[in-house]
Parts: sequence; C-alpha cells; structure tokens
Amino acid sequence: MTSTRSATLFALALLAPALIYILAIVAYPLVDTIVLSFTNAALRPDYDFVGWANYQRIFGAGNFTDVIIRTFVWTFFSVALKMVIGMFGAVLLNAAIPGQALFRLLTMPPWIVPMAIGIFMWGWMYNGQFGMISGLLQNFGIISRPWPILAYGDSAFWATIVTDVWIGVPMVTIYFLAAMQSIPKDLHEAAWTDGAGRFYRFRRITLPLMVPAIVTMSLLSLIATFNSFDIIWILTQGGPSNQTTTMIIDTYKTAMGSYRYGEGAARAVVICIFVSLFCIVYFRAVRRLSQGEAK
Amino acid sequence: MTDIPRATEIASVDSPALVKPKGRVKTARAMIDRYKWYEIVGLYAGIALFLFFVLAPFIEGFLVSLKPLSQLFSTPYSFIPRNGSFDAYVTMWTTVEGLGRYIFNSLFISLVVTLAVVVIVVPAAYAFARFTFAGSVLLLGGFLAVNMFSGAVLLIPLYRLMRTMGLLNSYWAMIVPGIAFLIPSSIWLLRTYMLRIPRELDEAAWVDGASRLYTLRRVILPLAMPGIVVIAIMTFIGAYAQQFIFALTFNSRQEFMPLPVGLFAFFGRQEVLWNELMAASFVGILPVMIIIVILQRYLVAGLTAGAVKQ
Repeated sequence: MTSTRSATLFALALLAPALIYILAIVAYPLVDTIVLSFTNAALRPDYDFVGWANYQRIFGAGNFTDVIIRTFVWTFFSVALKMVIGMFGAVLLNAAIPGQALFRLLTMPPWIVPMAIGIFMWGWMYNGQFGMISGLLQNFGIISRPWPILAYGDSAFWATIVTDVWIGVPMVTIYFLAAMQSIPKDLHEAAWTDGAGRFYRFRRITLPLMVPAIVTMSLLSLIATFNSFDIIWILTQGGPSNQTTTMIIDTYKTAMGSYRYGEGAARAVVICIFVSLFCIVYFRAVRRLSQGEAK
Repeated sequence: MTDIPRATEIASVDSPALVKPKGRVKTARAMIDRYKWYEIVGLYAGIALFLFFVLAPFIEGFLVSLKPLSQLFSTPYSFIPRNGSFDAYVTMWTTVEGLGRYIFNSLFISLVVTLAVVVIVVPAAYAFARFTFAGSVLLLGGFLAVNMFSGAVLLIPLYRLMRTMGLLNSYWAMIVPGIAFLIPSSIWLLRTYMLRIPRELDEAAWVDGASRLYTLRRVILPLAMPGIVVIAIMTFIGAYAQQFIFALTFNSRQEFMPLPVGLFAFFGRQEVLWNELMAASFVGILPVMIIIVILQRYLVAGLTAGAVKQ
C-alpha cells in the first residue's frame, strides 16, 4: 500500500493543512523579511526599494557590531550555565533517594508556568529597595546599601542571564535525566564490581555516553537563547543604556518602537542568517550522532 | 572507599545469589544505590540548593502576596511576612481591573490554539509516520526548522500580515501566529508515537477493504489517543506559557489581553500593588499547576519523548 501514486496523494492531502499553515505564517514572513530589508518600509502601506541602504546603515553605524558581540556573550554564558546547572540537577535527581519523584516534579514550574509571570517575580527579586536579593544581602551584611540590580548595566546584564538560565534549566535537567536513565545499568554495575567509585563512574561512563545528549541540548538551547525576547523586554527593555540590548531586542526596538520596518527587517535578516547557521550545525550534529549510534 | 569493605559488600551480595539467581541482580542494584550518610547529606544539600534556585521566585512571590503593602515597602527587608494574610487574593479582583477577563482570555486563547493544533497535526503526523514519498524527509526537516525561528524574528512581516488580514486587535491576532510555532514539535512527537503502532494493523485493514481515511479514523486514531492527549497537553501548556510577544505587539485592546500582558500593563502604573500583582500571578499559574499535578505521568513522557530519540 506504500509508495503508490494514490498513497502519495493521500499523504499530501493529510499534510496540506499543516503545510499551508506553515507556508503562510512562517515561510512567507521569512521571505517577506528579506524583501522588506531592501526597502524603506515604514508605517505607511507603500514603500520603495532602496537596495543595500539598510545594511549599509546598520553596519556603518558601528553599534550594531557591539550588539552582535553582546548577543553572543549573553548567549554563551546563558547556554553554558544551563548545561552545567542542568547536569548538576540531573545527577542529583537521578540519585535513588526518598523524595526523588517529588523533587523531579518541583523542578518543572519555571518551564511550565507562563514565562512572563515567572519573569515578573524575578523583576521583584531584583528590586533594590524591597527585593529578596538586595534585601537578604543587606540582612547578612554583605552589602551596606540597597542594590538596584537592574539599574546598572553590568548587573542587569547578568541578571537577565540568570533569569534566562532559570527558565531553561528545567528542560535541560529533565532531558539530561532521561539521557542518563537510558544508559544501560549493567555498565555501572560492572564498573562498580571492579571497584570504580561514584565520581570515577560518572566521569568515565555517564559523561562519555551523554555526549550526544549534551551536544544536542547545547545546540537547541543555543538557538532558543539566541532568540530570547521576553526576559530582557520585561526586565529591562534593553536598558540601562542598551547594556542588555541583544539582537532581538534591537530589532524589536527598531521596528516596533521607531516604526522603521525596512531597517528592522535588515536586522532580522542578520539574526536569521545566524540562526540558519546554528540550524545547519544542529542537523549535521544530529545526523552524525545518530549514525554513530547505528555503528 | 577502600577495597576491603567493597569485597565484603560483594560477598554479602553474592551469598543469597547462590540460592536465587534472580535475587542477585536486584540486590546488586540495591547495593550500587546505597549511599554513605555523608553522601546522603551531600545529595539533599545539593538538591535543596538546586530547588532553591528553581523555586526562589515562587517562594518570594508567594510571600510577597501575603505581606501587607506597608510591610512590603518598608526597610529593613524581612523575608518572612509579619501579620501575613490572604487579603490580597480577595482585593485583587477589584484593584486589578479585568483580572478575571485576563485569565479567561488566557485560557480561551490556549484552548483554541490547542484544538487547532490537534486538528492540523494528527493527519500530518500520520502522513509522516506511514508514507514515504519524494521529499518527505526534507519536508519533515523543514517543519523542524520552523522551531528554530522564533516569532520575535518574524514580527515585522507577521504584523503586516495580521494588518492585511484585518486581525489586529482581536483574539485571532494572538491565536493565528501562536498555532504556527506549536505545530512542528507536536508533529514530531506524535509521529514518533505513531511509528510505534504496528504497520500490520494498517495493512490488515487495507486487506479487509477499508479505505485509507477509514483506517486512519477507526484503526489509528483510537490507538494513538494517548499520544494525542500528550500533544494536546503539551500544546496547551506551551500556548499558555508563551502568551507574550504576539499579545504585546498585535493586540492593544484590553478586553482581549491574556493575563501576562494584562499584568505587564499594570506594571506601568504609578503605584504598583505588588502584593496583589503577585497574588494575581499565582492565580494565573494555578491552571497549569493543576494540570502538572494531575497529569505529570503523561507530561514527563511527552516532554522527553520528542527530544531523546532522533
């Protein structure tokens, strides 16, 4: 019944709704972004093509490269922390101790509750006068004055990273935990019989066998983090003095704040190019890893 | 650890094994998972630290919701509320105007998105699970690639598209783009699930003269129901969790705002009633919390199945 002509037609008919939907709401806008990036589109409905002018402007101004570098630094630290904390969490949640099921459940809220609401709560925690972080640090005498974390560039930069890590960690943890549990128990038992300690087994058995999971998750996380918008927008809107303006925030401000759609589209195209590169790396890595598994 | 206790441990594991070979495997597993007291202390300390990071905002948010405003805006900071009360949970319904409406909007938008995603994804997942045709692998890859682009990147053309279709400032402005970005992972998840249904069932139905559509409807659908439930839950949670950027950009009418944007607008006010805001946030979180607790079994399977096997 497979691979006949009518089967193909049937399959295409089944796929049609999804396909049409994605073409209209994702593929067309993607193409439209590229087209718009060569125009001077703004609020009014008609626009003219201006060639490479938008690109010349954004790369000529100089601060765009700062934004790109800042985005990469922000993304790098966020992804790295997610991986480390996620692995830490997975190891702990994998331990056979009473309460395991409850602890796993308690890991999930940041992932599952409305993202914006979690971020509001962080916003309060970062409050210098009344928030928990500044408050507790003062109570313990570590700092003497209120510390408005989101008011300074450096601390705001790290604060947005921490919140992004907080949102990403549950998924990474649960994913690493699943990968850890799919490692055959016999390996650990054999090593244990030979006298290998817990840490040694982790380093020589668990970690090497989790390389595929770590690579996959880092790349997926890289893409998601690179596109992260809500956290920065709610906490700082890119401020103070653009210290937390990543490429997405920059694009949003250009397009939705100043109504310069053409220039915003050019900035979005640059993001798309980076994301596409990450995508290619991801698909290649996944293919290589699954081939490695087959051998 | 020295070698001597290890040897005795093994000996003690092995001795009952002489009688029951099956028992040995069990005991070896139990032994390998046995911790020294300091290891147990370390593990619980580590878990406490980890969970504190994960839950701190909720703990703080909850405590804030109990504190009266006068205490909230007083220094020095106190972590534990004095004279805490649940008053904010009562007064918020009047002070945060439209709160009930926001919560309804959030649920309504998520529900419509979920229904649409299920209707679109079920046939598509079946097509990918059962039929191979020229370009089917490429097409599946294309769907997955959608996941890599967030709505934020495509905001400008989406805004223009919504304007052209006349959907701005309506529920549809949030529902239509919301659906698109939840389709790909659901297709992937359900396809994986459907691949596990034996092909012989389709073929048997085919031999008996059932049409393809009939096979899908009467053979596959009932068997795939648990998988469909999982993607429905996942989609609902995803739709509920990610209501921000589209709602912020494509809708400015208060009566259509979902909870996150409604509360975000509230932040801009002169005097923010933080305790009531936090109380409102908790009420907004409640629906998903209930879902998590009731359906956690499906959830873990659903959260991980999509990613683990390629």
